[in-house]
Amino acid sequence: MNNTEYNSTVHYDEMFDKTGQVRSTYRSFEKVLRELPHKKLSQLQFTTDKAQMTMGMTFNVYHDGRGIEKILHLDLIPRIIGSTEWKIIEEGLQQRIEAINLFIDDIYQDQKILKDKIIPSEIVLSSTDYLPACLELNPPNKIWSHISGSDIVRDNSGKFYVLEDNLRCPSGVSYLLENREIIKQAFPGLFNELGVRPVSDYPGMLLNMLRYMSTKDKPTVAVLTPGIYNSAYFEHSYLAQQMGVELVVGQDLIVENKRVYMQTTRGLQQVDVIYRRIDDKFLDPLTFNKESLLGVPGIFEAYKAGNVALANAPGTGVADDKAVYAYVPRIIKYYLDQDPIIDNVPTYICSEKEDLQYVVENIHQLVVKETNAAGGYGMMIGPKSPKSEHKKFQKLVKDNPRNYIAQPTLSLSTVPTLDGSEMGPRHVDLRPYILYGKNIEVLPGALTRVALVEGSLVVNSSQGGGSKDTWVLFND
Amino acid sequence: MLSRVADSLFWLGRYTERAENYSRFIDVNFNLSIDLPYGMKEQWEPLIAATGDRENFMQKFGNDFGREKAIYYLGFEENNPNSIMASIAAARENARIVRENIPRETWEVLNELHFYIQKAFKRKIWKKDDPKGCFTEIKYQLQLLNGIAHETIPRNQGWFFTKLGQYLERADKTSRILDVKYHYLLPSVDEVGSPLDFLHWAALLKSVSGYNAYRRVHGSLSPPSIVEYLVLNQEFPRSILFCLNRAENCLHEISESKKGFSNKAEKKLGNLRADLEFADIDDLFTFGLHEYLDSVQQRLNKISTEIYEQYFKVQPNFTFTQIEE
Repeated sequence: MNNTEYNSTVHYDEMFDKTGQVRSTYRSFEKVLRELPHKKLSQLQFTTDKAQMTMGMTFNVYHDGRGIEKILHLDLIPRIIGSTEWKIIEEGLQQRIEAINLFIDDIYQDQKILKDKIIPSEIVLSSTDYLPACLELNPPNKIWSHISGSDIVRDNSGKFYVLEDNLRCPSGVSYLLENREIIKQAFPGLFNELGVRPVSDYPGMLLNMLRYMSTKDKPTVAVLTPGIYNSAYFEHSYLAQQMGVELVVGQDLIVENKRVYMQTTRGLQQVDVIYRRIDDKFLDPLTFNKESLLGVPGIFEAYKAGNVALANAPGTGVADDKAVYAYVPRIIKYYLDQDPIIDNVPTYICSEKEDLQYVVENIHQLVVKETNAAGGYGMMIGPKSPKSEHKKFQKLVKDNPRNYIAQPTLSLSTVPTLDGSEMGPRHVDLRPYILYGKNIEVLPGALTRVALVEGSLVVNSSQGGGSKDTWVLFND
Repeated sequence: MLSRVADSLFWLGRYTERAENYSRFIDVNFNLSIDLPYGMKEQWEPLIAATGDRENFMQKFGNDFGREKAIYYLGFEENNPNSIMASIAAARENARIVRENIPRETWEVLNELHFYIQKAFKRKIWKKDDPKGCFTEIKYQLQLLNGIAHETIPRNQGWFFTKLGQYLERADKTSRILDVKYHYLLPSVDEVGSPLDFLHWAALLKSVSGYNAYRRVHGSLSPPSIVEYLVLNQEFPRSILFCLNRAENCLHEISESKKGFSNKAEKKLGNLRADLEFADIDDLFTFGLHEYLDSVQQRLNKISTEIYEQYFKVQPNFTFTQIEE
């Protein structure tokens, strides 16, 4: 690759510094890349695409009708993170998840944080993800948020920020694991030479964490999926396969005497731990959404009786509300008496008067988000949207301020990315995965999502984003 | 094993076997057309008739039983739920449902085969002069799938459900391949026993890969011996009795019962197997070959229903009274 062709001076680039010098973490890789002919690079990219199709790493895009399978484009050029930077991320996330978990536990027990007026009660209690049914519940080991995957971004100065916490069973970890398998084939020699930390342990870590939720010696664990038409079905089946546990849909389960059973060819078999990939509201039609056909009637009663453990615990989503997110630094301070290791992106809470006015006046330079939407939906990027959109969102925000927050537009760092046979800087974010069992563990790797369109900041897979393998190094 | 998973594995076995047999159906006619005497035309109607989808075919194409339409219909027609393309897509959907239960390679081969067929569909392979290679490739890929399964899957319930589906499907399809002969038209009654008649029989044997094996047992081609070989032989893996024996064994492995029967599916299958075991070729011809095969097919359907009742049916966890409460 010719460095002079690669213009990376505007944003923070993960591979090159502002003067165009290769960063230390990328030095060996850049050497390999420089010696690869363009043609060979395109060939490797082709092989990569084909491998993904063969593996069936496909997802259905919502609103796109049935039968349309897409792969999450995997770019050949990895995102490389040295050990010093990784330590910040790891410790920052451990701190964050510990505090958030204490917060959720408090909200469903004594609500001390509300009484102490650290967060306005109405923000928490008006969240659609706050579930009064969970009040006074005690999940095993007092852990609510077992599995999470925070989104982290970097601004122009190279500083990390947490953008979202994703406490509601975030997807993507299967892509992380499979990406690694594919990229290993493309650059077989490099992993050893560079000292890339392995990620293949994840299914084992996940299974241990799930088993830890039960008091039984050998609990029966299952993954609960909405079914094959869910866009993340590949991941659900992949995780069940890798852990060697059953993948179940709602209809496979039946509740009797407040116990959950699978219907097998030899009768009923009790299930002790369920990694559920179904939203709270669809989990149990008897307690939550009565229309839900995905869930299991009576499962919530079984959960309350302590006869089945659920990951993540119902009610966890309250801490994932984007308005609550704005208070996470204060949550960390309140429960741990520490300053956050990784900062929040500054956030304007539209339900607060002053913030609302600022948002309405400056909407053209802000990112406006719905507080309980995910996947890049319900979002407006001010600088990239026409005036008509600004007007539309000004009205939406004024009509229903509780439903919106706004943040300054972050630049997001870039990584060189293949576009045809050319290479250009493309914006990325970072999603590491955190498991909360006996300890809080951060998998040394992450899903790097990349906005494939030049200049775009939207990395969501449902909106034209791709992914990159993420190499966390033993050294710098 | 989850009832739903067992159901999917059973159908995974059935659909892959169905696709292989449809490739074999098409092969019968390719074999024939190569050897046809001067002046004889290819017959594709018998194939369509034997699959049992004649009416469905005619709704779409009327009386046009030409080669192109027939290959398209058996291979790729979307409204034919039994076409090779539909069967592989259904097998793949079932594999996707039970992906955590099958080896990674099984999934990947099936997935690639699905894309291979989709590509053949886009290239309109049925319009080519010689589409035979495509169907040979499909057959080989399916055999690869069987090979991988045979050498890697533990012999647990899941394995026996897949094999059960596969053997029941194969028994049905061998009976239908044989039935093709019933539908082939000879120019006149005098032609019974003629070279053309023998050509038909030889093509049938080749389509089930049984030509050489048959020769070693019976030597010369004679219709009663061929029928006997494909229906009553205990050693040839595509004969109906062989399939029934294996299927019955699968049911016993699943229920862990040794002899006799422990449920209705085992009883009905055991009855059918015994009827064939104690039949000779004269019984078949006395009854009428076509009628005999037809009754075998119907009894196989009933056995499938019993298997569903016994193993796959789940009680709904959901009733409307619950919602109203």
